Amino acid sequence: MNKLHKMPVLVGLFGVLACAVLLELSVNSGWVMEIIVPRPSDTILSFPIVQEDMDIVGNFFVTLAMTAAATLLALIIGLPFGYFLYKREAYGLAYEGWLAAAFSTPIVLLYPLFLVLFGRNYHTLILMGFIPGAIPIAIQTRQGLLGVSKTLVNVGRSFNVSEQDMFRKIMLPSAVPTIFTGIRIGVMYTLVNIVAIEYLTDFGGLGRIVSQLYDNFSIPETYAAILAVILVSTFFYWGFGRIEKWLRPV
Amino acid sequence: MAQAGVIKATVPATGAAERSMDGRVSRIRLMTVIGFIALWEVIATLGSYGIFYNDVVPHIWNIAIAVFYEIMSASFYRDLGMTFAAHIVGFICGALIAIAVGIWLGTNTLIREAMLPYLNAIGSTPKIIFLPIIFLMFGVGIESKMAKGSMSAFFPVVFTTTLGMMLINPVLIRVGRTYNLNKWHMITKIYMPAMVNPVITGLRLGVAITVIGVLVAELKFADGGLGYRLGIYYEQFQIAPMYAVILLIFALAAAANSGMTRLQDRVNRHMAPTTTKGKKARASASAGLGIT
Repeated sequence: MNKLHKMPVLVGLFGVLACAVLLELSVNSGWVMEIIVPRPSDTILSFPIVQEDMDIVGNFFVTLAMTAAATLLALIIGLPFGYFLYKREAYGLAYEGWLAAAFSTPIVLLYPLFLVLFGRNYHTLILMGFIPGAIPIAIQTRQGLLGVSKTLVNVGRSFNVSEQDMFRKIMLPSAVPTIFTGIRIGVMYTLVNIVAIEYLTDFGGLGRIVSQLYDNFSIPETYAAILAVILVSTFFYWGFGRIEKWLRPV
Repeated sequence: MAQAGVIKATVPATGAAERSMDGRVSRIRLMTVIGFIALWEVIATLGSYGIFYNDVVPHIWNIAIAVFYEIMSASFYRDLGMTFAAHIVGFICGALIAIAVGIWLGTNTLIREAMLPYLNAIGSTPKIIFLPIIFLMFGVGIESKMAKGSMSAFFPVVFTTTLGMMLINPVLIRVGRTYNLNKWHMITKIYMPAMVNPVITGLRLGVAITVIGVLVAELKFADGGLGYRLGIYYEQFQIAPMYAVILLIFALAAAANSGMTRLQDRVNRHMAPTTTKGKKARASASAGLGIT
């Protein structure tokens, strides 16, 4: 038991494998309907079929490109806006509550509006991904700059550094970990919204594949595509988590 | 005495500065609202002359009339009731399961470390992608929306409950053990009161995310509900009612969020943080990802 405590990863892996074997046996014995939950082996074997029919890798890059474009737009607008909210205190106080409220609203529901305004194309995907991405970036940029230690600022002042150097050499490096938390949340929300809109509109990358496979009632293939989306999200979550850890001093 | 004089002199000055700042903040907000309405009306007017987005951006009074008709319509309340029922049932089921799992993960280090990577992986995935599985299991009726609501509520609550459990003051746990409390009493007398703050934070996030989860499921396949209503208006190109439904949904979501925030504030006021790092727990939980 003590040895097991030292190997939680193995225990987790064993648990997942045990669940997969149990599911396989349940489907084989008819306890679970194959039409609802396919055998795990069928799901794994259908990956090459999904790749051949739907180009899962190519569509992964479509979703990735949409997420990257929306994130870039969110950074271009969110970072300067967050800085503006920090610099102009009254604007910061006036808008921060609104931004937080907007962040908790179901922005994804605006997609019919965006479809009407911009059509069923990549612009809609990028814009719908951009909005929930830019809000946390702006909020966290302001919070990061507000949280810079007064001591560091005073040290800068005692060295008579210019306003530009104060920002570049003192404020920005201190605020980077907090700002990056905003970027991580922004990227995850951007990805979530883009996949959601792809799924709802049957347009774009991975979300469209899941929707189309389900509409065709290709059940093992649908599960395989869902697994692909989980892998992509995990990769994003893990990758950005690592960068955040690296940026944040212990 | 002199010091008292200084204090007396500074307090009104600070108060005046605060009042001045409050005034500026109010003015900025008012100007922003007026600016937004003016811009909207300019676009709507250009649209009515066929210059810019014809009929896509209706005049504000048309939206106000549509909101009025929605509120007066019986079918709106039928859809609202369906969404509300799916939300409440989904939220309660998801939150109860999440609290139980969170306590289990919080008390069992091996299970926590073994399961958290998988929970994080699914937690960071857009939940909408699981809709095909949910539709296969529960059909396209209200049951699938409840299931989707449960799934949406589960993740924020399970993460905050686990975190809350991990940050409970070890002294409290030792006191419980000294009194030989059984598992049930440990949960009800020690764990639950000590982690009220993070759990409430998780519930607040869960309420907001459940609303989104239910509405998105209704948008895809449904026979009723506010999401379904929005989808129908979009398909029929009834733009003003579409805006009206979006506005009403946003207002209801904001009201639910505000209610939970007030509840959290009340709990915070009445209960001092009893975790080792109570403030940290609240902050971490507030910053938690609430992905739909």
